[in-house]
Amino acid sequence: MSTHSNLPGERRMVVEPTEVRVPVTGHKRLERNVSLLALGTLIAVSIGGIVEIAPLFWIDNTIEKVEGMRPYTPLEQAGRDIYVREGCYLCHSQMIRPFRDEVERYGHYSLAAESMYDHPFQWGSKRTGPDLARVGGRYSDEWHVQHLKDPQSVVPESVMPQYSFLADTDIDTDAEATLRALQRVGVPYSDRDVSLASHDLRAQASIDLDAGDLTERYPKAQVRDFDGDPERLTEMDALVAYLQMLGTLVDFDSAAPLEELAEEKGR
Amino acid sequence: MANERPSGKRIDLPTGTETVGHEWDGIEELDTPMPRWWLWTLYLTIIWGVVYIVLYPAWPLIERGTEGVLGWSSRGQLAQEMRVADQSRQTVREALSQIPIERLPDNSPLMAQAVAGGRAAFLVNCVQCHGSGAAGSPGYPNLNDDDWLWGGDLRAIEYTITHGIRQQAHDKTRMSAMPPYEGVFEPAQLNELVSHVLSLSGKAPPTAAGAQIYADNCVVCHGPAGGGDRAQGAPALNDAIWLYGSAREDVARQILDPRMGMMPKWERRLDPVTIKMLAAYVHSLGGGEDFVEVAKDPEIQVDEQP
Repeated sequence: MSTHSNLPGERRMVVEPTEVRVPVTGHKRLERNVSLLALGTLIAVSIGGIVEIAPLFWIDNTIEKVEGMRPYTPLEQAGRDIYVREGCYLCHSQMIRPFRDEVERYGHYSLAAESMYDHPFQWGSKRTGPDLARVGGRYSDEWHVQHLKDPQSVVPESVMPQYSFLADTDIDTDAEATLRALQRVGVPYSDRDVSLASHDLRAQASIDLDAGDLTERYPKAQVRDFDGDPERLTEMDALVAYLQMLGTLVDFDSAAPLEELAEEKGR
Repeated sequence: MANERPSGKRIDLPTGTETVGHEWDGIEELDTPMPRWWLWTLYLTIIWGVVYIVLYPAWPLIERGTEGVLGWSSRGQLAQEMRVADQSRQTVREALSQIPIERLPDNSPLMAQAVAGGRAAFLVNCVQCHGSGAAGSPGYPNLNDDDWLWGGDLRAIEYTITHGIRQQAHDKTRMSAMPPYEGVFEPAQLNELVSHVLSLSGKAPPTAAGAQIYADNCVVCHGPAGGGDRAQGAPALNDAIWLYGSAREDVARQILDPRMGMMPKWERRLDPVTIKMLAAYVHSLGGGEDFVEVAKDPEIQVDEQP
């Protein structure tokens, strides 16, 4: 205010004597007090969160009740980690939306329950390649191996990069640590699952090792050599095992509960 | 703050607008009201929001979300759209579901519709392996020719699509396996055998030694003249069609460490009518064979796996 003296001053002289301090009230008070404004903002945002997000944690129909979902086997989980590592999600989603075009191409729309053991989930609506939520069982293992090594050999117009190194790379993972970490964030692996993780990892892709009760602990688990090289346990084995499992766990034959989903309100 | 003069509000003469009431160094702020169109847009969005909340599912509550008076849900809308789509095709689909597939060629309008529907389903589900022209590629059979591994009449094709080939954990799938002959033959013997196999289609001169090895090991499945056996998907070796190549090393590799194609079952992934349409389409591609009614002769049992 050092420039006061330079002002023409005419108006100031008129105004100055009328200076009166009027108490600031209402919204003006909020605007002029940073702490109060921050508190008010917090309250406003919290209301939005409480109304829209919090109920999802207690409402029953957030995650559908379906038969068949189970935690992933150590081999499938290793394949999933490779899927995430290679950034497959940048081009492929795992979420079939309830639209006719998607349902007719990919199969039944995805259910929240099908992602309940996903850490992290692989949803998305941006696709360069097709959705993979139900790719399991659609192709033979040989097709997957050939396609991952050289996608253009089976789909000439594909822009997918080649992943042939997966077939040459042995799996390097601590299956027990992975399962234990997932167990800690709520995936219902039993302690026995965790202790057998390394063996399960090898047995699922082996034609020699005894898989024991693997298929009882993990129903619908597919046990075979996936990459066409029974001698080695490669990243190709894990990724193909993961892909061949995708979308196959929930029993869509018992369609009655799914028809109920179409009728259900208040979701 | 020193210039706070609420009481100093005045009308700015040039604009006719009231000032906010404070000034810094003679600069004052006009209290220009919001443009009316903007204000009304704001009010309209608020009204729209209230109407939306009433009409559509909006607020999650204790047990479930609010339903909205329209009773709309995205899954319900999908079910409705699918119903409408199904209804428009209902007559065709009903006719297709009732007609036995081997009788389909007798009804040429229905056959034509089945082929058209099958072509659409083929482009979605089958081209990834068999190619967009159904010409296949090494390891994936060409469906345009008349060389069939498991049979080329409508019923056989329908069965193959429904149950797949070598589908794991599926009892009805078409199953067979060629044993690997790795370590069974001396290199010279293998050479003779390869020559004999190629001689069946005139690609190499026949040899007696090769014929003997063939007779001892291969005849049971591939037949004495190399005609193959559709009951077990053993390929014919006496024609020009080679799924894994006809070079000597390809044939040798296939003897030592056979690759056997696997086709997924489409049962439950596709509905029976779509599978029927696919069979009609594949049958129509050029190599479709006529169905031979075996049941007419009481002496012969109907082959459940044609």
